[in-house]
Amino acid sequence: MQWEVVIGLETHAQLATSSKIFSGSSTAFGAAPNTQASPVDLALPGVLPVMNRKAVECAIRLGLAVGGTVAPRSVFARKNYFYPDLPKGYQISQFEIPVVAGGSIDVVWEQDGQPASRTVRLTRAHLEEDAGKSLHEDFQGMSGIDLNRAGTPLLEIVTEPDMRSSREAVAYARTLHGLVMWLGICDGNMQEGSFRCDANVSVRPVGQAAYGTRCEIKNLNSFRFLERAIDFEVRRQIELIEDGGRVVQETRLYDPDRDETRSMRSKEDAQDYRYFPDPDLPALVIDAAWIDTVKASLPELPKAMRSRFETQYSLSAYDSTTLTSSREMADYFERSAAALAVLSPPADASAGQAQGKMLANWMMADLAGALNRDGLDIGAAPVRAEQLARLVARILDGTISGKIAKDLFAALWQSPGGADDAVDREIDARGLRQISDSGAIEALVVAVLAANPRSVEEFPRRQGEGLQRAGRPGDEGQQGQGQSAGGQRSAAQQAGRLRQGRARRARCRAPDPAPPADQPR
Amino acid sequence: MSLHTRPVGELREKLDSGALSAVELAQSFLARIESSTLNAFIDVRPDLTLAQAGAADARLAAGERGPLLGIPIAHKDIFVTRGWRSTAGSRMLADYVSPFDASVVTRLQAAGAVCLGKTNCDEFAMGSANENSYFGPVRNPWDPKAIPGGSSGGSAAAVAADLAPLATGTDTGGSVRQPASMCGITGIKPTYGRVSRFGMIAFASSLDQGGAMGRSASECALLLSAMSGFDERDSTSIQKPPEDFGRELDRPLAGLRIGLPREFFGDGLAADVRAPIDAALAELRAQGAVTVDVSLPRTALAIPAYYVIAPAEASSNLSRFDGVRYGHRASHYTDLADMYARTRAEGFGPEVKRRILVGAYVLSHGYYDAYYLQAQKLRRLIADDFSTVLDSVDVIAGPVSPTVAWNLGEHSDDPVRDYLADIFTLPASLAGLPGLSMPVGLGAGGRPVGMQLIGRVFDEARLLNIAHRYQQATDWHTRRPGGAS
Amino acid sequence: MSLTADDVARLAILARLELSAQEAKTTLSQLNSVFDLIGQLQAVDTAGVEPMTHPIAMGLRLREDQVTESDAREQYQQVAPATEQGLYLVPRVIE
Repeated sequence: MQWEVVIGLETHAQLATSSKIFSGSSTAFGAAPNTQASPVDLALPGVLPVMNRKAVECAIRLGLAVGGTVAPRSVFARKNYFYPDLPKGYQISQFEIPVVAGGSIDVVWEQDGQPASRTVRLTRAHLEEDAGKSLHEDFQGMSGIDLNRAGTPLLEIVTEPDMRSSREAVAYARTLHGLVMWLGICDGNMQEGSFRCDANVSVRPVGQAAYGTRCEIKNLNSFRFLERAIDFEVRRQIELIEDGGRVVQETRLYDPDRDETRSMRSKEDAQDYRYFPDPDLPALVIDAAWIDTVKASLPELPKAMRSRFETQYSLSAYDSTTLTSSREMADYFERSAAALAVLSPPADASAGQAQGKMLANWMMADLAGALNRDGLDIGAAPVRAEQLARLVARILDGTISGKIAKDLFAALWQSPGGADDAVDREIDARGLRQISDSGAIEALVVAVLAANPRSVEEFPRRQGEGLQRAGRPGDEGQQGQGQSAGGQRSAAQQAGRLRQGRARRARCRAPDPAPPADQPR
Repeated sequence: MSLHTRPVGELREKLDSGALSAVELAQSFLARIESSTLNAFIDVRPDLTLAQAGAADARLAAGERGPLLGIPIAHKDIFVTRGWRSTAGSRMLADYVSPFDASVVTRLQAAGAVCLGKTNCDEFAMGSANENSYFGPVRNPWDPKAIPGGSSGGSAAAVAADLAPLATGTDTGGSVRQPASMCGITGIKPTYGRVSRFGMIAFASSLDQGGAMGRSASECALLLSAMSGFDERDSTSIQKPPEDFGRELDRPLAGLRIGLPREFFGDGLAADVRAPIDAALAELRAQGAVTVDVSLPRTALAIPAYYVIAPAEASSNLSRFDGVRYGHRASHYTDLADMYARTRAEGFGPEVKRRILVGAYVLSHGYYDAYYLQAQKLRRLIADDFSTVLDSVDVIAGPVSPTVAWNLGEHSDDPVRDYLADIFTLPASLAGLPGLSMPVGLGAGGRPVGMQLIGRVFDEARLLNIAHRYQQATDWHTRRPGGAS
Repeated sequence: MSLTADDVARLAILARLELSAQEAKTTLSQLNSVFDLIGQLQAVDTAGVEPMTHPIAMGLRLREDQVTESDAREQYQQVAPATEQGLYLVPRVIE
């Protein structure tokens, strides 16, 4: 039987506030245990929560960015369950009326080598507090509880069950990850747990309308684990069903060491959360004026930037989405495009588009490839935007070929920190600068052809060879500066003329002005 | 002369004139507390008290003056305090000392009031008789066989027996008004949000409200003015400038319209309670007030509404007592779940456990709408009934409790009997309205009877004004119990 | 309505309260008398009534995002039943 995978994600993004959501404790990561746990975080008798304005603003920013509805009135509720890392015995969250409803995120990814895309619908985003941590290493058979993280503001972003593969789910998670950092509402540090995903996974026979029973895999804090956990869970569910079993709705944990998911016993008896509106917190009221202020403070959003790139640089949806997958990536592209426009001012709009497209190709092929290979973020790319612009400029002005440019790119990659014109220095150092005096090439070509009469006859057929000769460091003591494209052209012209009449061999006309350098593919 | 019987105003003059020191005054009350047999206090620490008194004397010597500077006060053991234990009358917190003071405690200390100690109360303020305290029942100064009322029974008994001139209380469903009534003192629960809940150990957050207890309305006005006001640490605190609730004390009552809900004067009301209330109403009429028959049709429904909402909030508020970070932890357990279950079974008393179980039930899946949500809707209807009536009258008057104080142990077989006795105090609590209890006579067995005044939102000054005018013309508030102290 | 022994057992687990067999029995009868009382709610028609969660209508007040607390772990843990290396100790947590 053919199975369809159905995935929905719940992502917890720790909000970039300096204090906690309901107390004045620091949210800084890595402090000694319980040194950032105040009476409110410890739920000492008599304490009360007071809401952090910045956390609300972060929620508004996301709501606007995904085109969701920011609720004019939303309600905090208590989710009741006992757990040692939950000091109050309830988590303050939002249940019936979340701060953000709806919205969507455009996702692109590669499926079987083909670019694929989808608009993933968001159900909601709500504010809540993080729990502390249980440290399971042994203290005479006891666990240790650290409540520094308790009360850290979270925005839980929930999707509809729209995704159909682990790769798509990862693409969504990466896009959301880029977005929350783009908006400055989350530092995105997954090692420190600032961005964690729960995956709701189910399978159903292809064509069946009803969803299968889903399992929730909790706390996936890396994209790799997210993909692996989903893949394992999908296999598990399919095998289970095909062996005549049935999937039980439950919460599962992914164990990276064994690359498997297993049932979370500790959550089993706590299913009835007894949500009710928190009597300590009146309704959260967000008026239009506040929303407008936040809107005005937003940077250009990926969606807008994408369509701008598509028109300004005639990029494909896939290219523009990739280039706007993170603010760093987009900044890099815009910086290099700006630098390139200065180095080689485009004659007209279409030339400008072509240049942008060319830069995009370099970023998505060579730059992205190298970053991947070395596991670097674009922020740490050894080749800076200005350097890449210069490199492309040199291709455009015909100084170097695309092939040589790749070698230079690799060289620059190996020696980071050079000046913007590091490319030019490298070109000089390697003596790759073309002879700009076309007369000299002319003379060279004539000499070469004279020395190889047969080349003249066979030129069309053996163009390559003639070209090689013309370009080869030759008897005339040339130092390999013959610029192959230019050489080939004058060689062709010369050969033509020579075929017309050798009588005029002695007399050399000045050649036609050199045509513009050819574009790399 | 016996200092402890003197009204606060007189003590004030003596302190200001230097005829009396705050230390002497504190010592005389500490001595009475020491010899008291009422079990009104849970924790008394003379060294801390006298240190505060000494500080007050220093401020007086420096020329500082203030209505409560150097005046002793007792705090209900629901307000957390540094130094004194904060137990909420529970084994769960029997040895707990808070690292911070409740906002009310901080305000009163800043005003120069001298803390005499922590008064006994029903466990987590759950009770109407003060029989649910881990530290034992409090006795009524008017009759040691009688309950003092609850849950602020310790505070009420302490003031009635002159163990303290003033005391703080908390009122969730009547816990200031009902013990004040049963102990023959004056007590006021202000509008919800007037007094900060920060540092009040929570019972039912949407109902809990601190209140003032004293021998007279004027003394309650002094205390309430000092203990109330906006607090940024309580998200339900009302943002209003500080008020002098005594500003209208002498305002004549001519033209005052008093509503008498027929539901408050039905068969359920004992004759020995009704008679003094009728007499008090006659006195108010004599001063020019007009009484009008009104109706609060859903009065009886306040009982089921309250006993759904309060336990629901309590079951959640009390989840923090898990033996992990503070408080009692069972000495023997097999695993985590067992540690929780035993710790809470040992730490909580029977009434608290009942309410936690009821609360868990009414919030649980499948019952939420039928109980909790329905109760919240009923709460709205009850509040609407009040605003309708209070459009046509200035205040509402009636009994606080259907009967005078009953005997210790009389209801212990059936908790529901205590619930039913809250019928006249629950409605104002659900509506968040201010309510006051003042002594208006003695009923069966010479046990005190209180009359309740319920006002519009933020109308505390008016309630205190009415009570003060009544007390200017009568002497019930000056009567002293002949019983034990 | 009336509760069953199973209801009481379920609630005891939900509320983390150990009840002996005897306690469970008395609790059952007491809870049933309580539910006879609060069951009166059901009779009231509340169609279209807005539930009242706060007695005084007000919006949530927000605080500025500032760190106002400093480390007082030692003081806060003085009242803790069991700590080690700054951590609160509990019976082994199983996930």
